[in-house]
Amino acid sequence: MPRKSSPAAAPAPDAPVLPPTPPGLLDLFIAFAKMSLAGFGGVLVWARRGIVDQHRWMTADEFNETFALCHFLPGPNIVNLSVVFGARFRGIPGGVAAFAGLVFPPMVIAIALAALYARYGEIDALRRILAGVSCAAVGLLIAVVFKMAMPLAQRREVTALVILIAVFVAIGVLRLPLQMVLLVAIPLSLGITIFVRTRGKA
Amino acid sequence: MNSDANPIATLVWTFAWMSLFAVGGANSAIPEMHRVAVDVQHWMNDRQFADIFAISQLSPGPNVLIVTLIGYHVAGIFGALAATVAMCGPTAVVAYYVSGILARSSHSRWPAIIQAALVPLSIGLMGASGLILALTSDRSWVAGLITVAAAVLAFATRLNPLWMLLAGGALGFAGLI
Repeated sequence: MPRKSSPAAAPAPDAPVLPPTPPGLLDLFIAFAKMSLAGFGGVLVWARRGIVDQHRWMTADEFNETFALCHFLPGPNIVNLSVVFGARFRGIPGGVAAFAGLVFPPMVIAIALAALYARYGEIDALRRILAGVSCAAVGLLIAVVFKMAMPLAQRREVTALVILIAVFVAIGVLRLPLQMVLLVAIPLSLGITIFVRTRGKA
Repeated sequence: MNSDANPIATLVWTFAWMSLFAVGGANSAIPEMHRVAVDVQHWMNDRQFADIFAISQLSPGPNVLIVTLIGYHVAGIFGALAATVAMCGPTAVVAYYVSGILARSSHSRWPAIIQAALVPLSIGLMGASGLILALTSDRSWVAGLITVAAAVLAFATRLNPLWMLLAGGALGFAGLI
């Protein structure tokens, strides 16, 4: 394979920060595949590092805004982020390319692990290992819950905390269906939030 | 068992409908996944659900992979693909259109209000996920201790979570759980 000699028209190393060149479809796929494969226990940190620090495709503020949008919409946040991000640069094909990069490479790994599990799942040593891993994984999830709840507790947002606990009890203890609980909780929470904010301004 | 229904159609319908209510991401929907997969459809038992959660956490990538693995368990590779696309597709379309609308009217205050209203819901849902997974995974006091230790370490330090998963696996292998 002939190696490319260093091109004469190399881009200046200190070219303007934003935006160097909008990423192509393959760039999007590869960038999201890399973030995704690096992301054990959540891709968000790696997505920020890749998009903001490494590729400089967005400023930190743009990234926060886009993530906030994807967080309040339903569905897997980081998946939403990949689609919105890819589509911003390359339209719908860009969204699809970023999504494919995010989901399909780790999917291959997960399915390979699951196939091993289906084949060898009854082996005692593997059973014990998985049991240990899932204990630790539950702990990680619980830590995320407390990290997210801390700001609410620190700002003493009593109504928000009451809603939080009500949803926790309805889903976790009473085991009610998700849709039923949210069809009550979303309008309630929205109403309270609007009421509190308008009263705060008056 | 719903042997009369096509399992892939059931997967698609289940996860497409669930995704629209997954406020705060895939982890918020874990109680609902558990309810449907174990209690309603009888696709798997408690232990298998806990194992699938463990495998999804051992794989790199987004949390939504647990849906991929449920689909794989039910209907092989096609089940995995169908469940994943069903969980991601509808909300991705919503996200695409909403981001387009917001880009044109950037000074709306609605996003901030909706977000403030949904944050406590998504934390409550994730807390419920933690409780249900703890009840399915922690079957001894040592197991509970590992969960608590991982939670405290992850909360208080910036240690890579992979180390805690590996430590849990090692303790399990040693037969302590």
